[in-house]
Amino acid sequence: MKYLCLVYLENDKWHAVPDRECKACGEGFRDRGVLLAAEPLESIDTATTVRVRNGKTYITDGPFAETKEALAGFYLVDARDLNEAIQMASKIPPAREGSIEVRPVRELVP
Amino acid sequence: MAADSIQQTIETVYEAESRRVLATLIRLLGDFDTAEEAMHDAFRAALEQWPRDGLPASPRAWLVSAGRFKAIDAARRQKRFEPLGEAGERADVAVEDQAAWADEESVADDQLRLIFTCCHPALAPEAQVALTLREVCGLTTEEIARAFLTPASTLAQRIVRAKAKIRDAKIPYEVPARADLPERLETVLRVIYLVFNEGYTASSGAQVTRHDLSAEAIRLGRLLTELLPEPEAQGLLALMLLHDSRRTARMSPEGDLILLEHQDRSLWNRDQIEEGTRLVTEALSSGSSRAESTGGGPYAIQAAIAAVHAEAATAEATDWNEIVGLYDVLMTMAPSPVVELNRAVAVAMRDGPAPGLAIVDAILARGELREYRLAYAVRAELCRRLGRTSDARAAFERALALTRQEPERRFLERRLEELSRT
Repeated sequence: MKYLCLVYLENDKWHAVPDRECKACGEGFRDRGVLLAAEPLESIDTATTVRVRNGKTYITDGPFAETKEALAGFYLVDARDLNEAIQMASKIPPAREGSIEVRPVRELVP
Repeated sequence: MAADSIQQTIETVYEAESRRVLATLIRLLGDFDTAEEAMHDAFRAALEQWPRDGLPASPRAWLVSAGRFKAIDAARRQKRFEPLGEAGERADVAVEDQAAWADEESVADDQLRLIFTCCHPALAPEAQVALTLREVCGLTTEEIARAFLTPASTLAQRIVRAKAKIRDAKIPYEVPARADLPERLETVLRVIYLVFNEGYTASSGAQVTRHDLSAEAIRLGRLLTELLPEPEAQGLLALMLLHDSRRTARMSPEGDLILLEHQDRSLWNRDQIEEGTRLVTEALSSGSSRAESTGGGPYAIQAAIAAVHAEAATAEATDWNEIVGLYDVLMTMAPSPVVELNRAVAVAMRDGPAPGLAIVDAILARGELREYRLAYAVRAELCRRLGRTSDARAAFERALALTRQEPERRFLERRLEELSRT
């Protein structure tokens, strides 16, 4: 089963965990053959939101969250079950600064 | 060997050995999560190396040793990022144990250690069940969640908390000492029986039988009796087999419940009956002959009752006297109002509905089983046989109000309908 581990951090903690640690974590997962993809994201100030309503495209700046945690990166992992995915999530270094949301990946209905 | 067939072999080895490998790795590495990760890595290594180097002489020993190596390796790498020496200490412990791990007897005991740890009385009952199914039986969190109609996230939390408790409270990874065995075994048996019953008579939901859980419980019971041939473990396995033998007969094709007396006995599984009867005989006779044995207890007696039913060609031909006698024994071992209720049914079959009803009413008068649907269902049935139609109707209605299970509800509604036609 695939699980997406979403890393959430408050803006002022964005760089609290050294990059090399996150890199090592990803490499560790990759060596064990359980990582499908992982990327860190730029801060929330760089975000742009796109919506299409009635054929018209609306582009807005943001969203901006004042103090709340924002999406800072993700790890797409292959795990036997939810508990194994949780176990992996607990190894993701930013877990100690922010939080990791573990979500099972859904199969698209044909 | 072709890569395809090696892949298949590894899958077969996983099916057969992964739980045993895990059980040994937990002992060697001292931690559930580390062991699971190590086992995962060991199987990955097998996928890489076996096609190249051929199948090892003992796949299990190879996997344990590879898992150990991988765990030490991972701990070393992790150490670079951990200011505290925890990871390093873990690796050292593993190295120290190197000579001891392969000892045949300890390896055989590892699965028992795992069972007793998962069923440790310091864990909440629902955590014992979840942990046993995941770690001992190898079910995934999602499979367990589906079987128990629980959200996967709730179940996952239960497992995480249970593992944390094992770690933080330092619940030992061991087979209990002889003196503690009866009590600890009782917890293990309760967990297995709970899993069986959840599969056999689901307490809620549309399906009467969720067979996967019953089959899993029987498999667990079989494993336990192999590892620890205690009379009560045999008794429980016998009880589950004898109940399960009636599985296809106890429900109509439409999913409606069929009472024991109306079941087509030719549908009963003879192999299961034979095995169950043999086990119960063994359990009851070994209890008296072996001094150090825990003796045949409530499970063995209940199995004996099921065996008496199983050997009768028809409901009428059942040796009700024997069954009442066994319930008397059960009442001295494990008295409970539910056992008393079952005894009342047997008395009614032996002596007629009136003496049976007197016992049921006495239980209800004591205020016990007031919320127990089957107490009213039994009362209703006995009143009906005595021609006390309005009492029967009232009791059926009370039972109907208390049931949460769809086939049971349909059954009771049918009985009510039949009552108004007479």
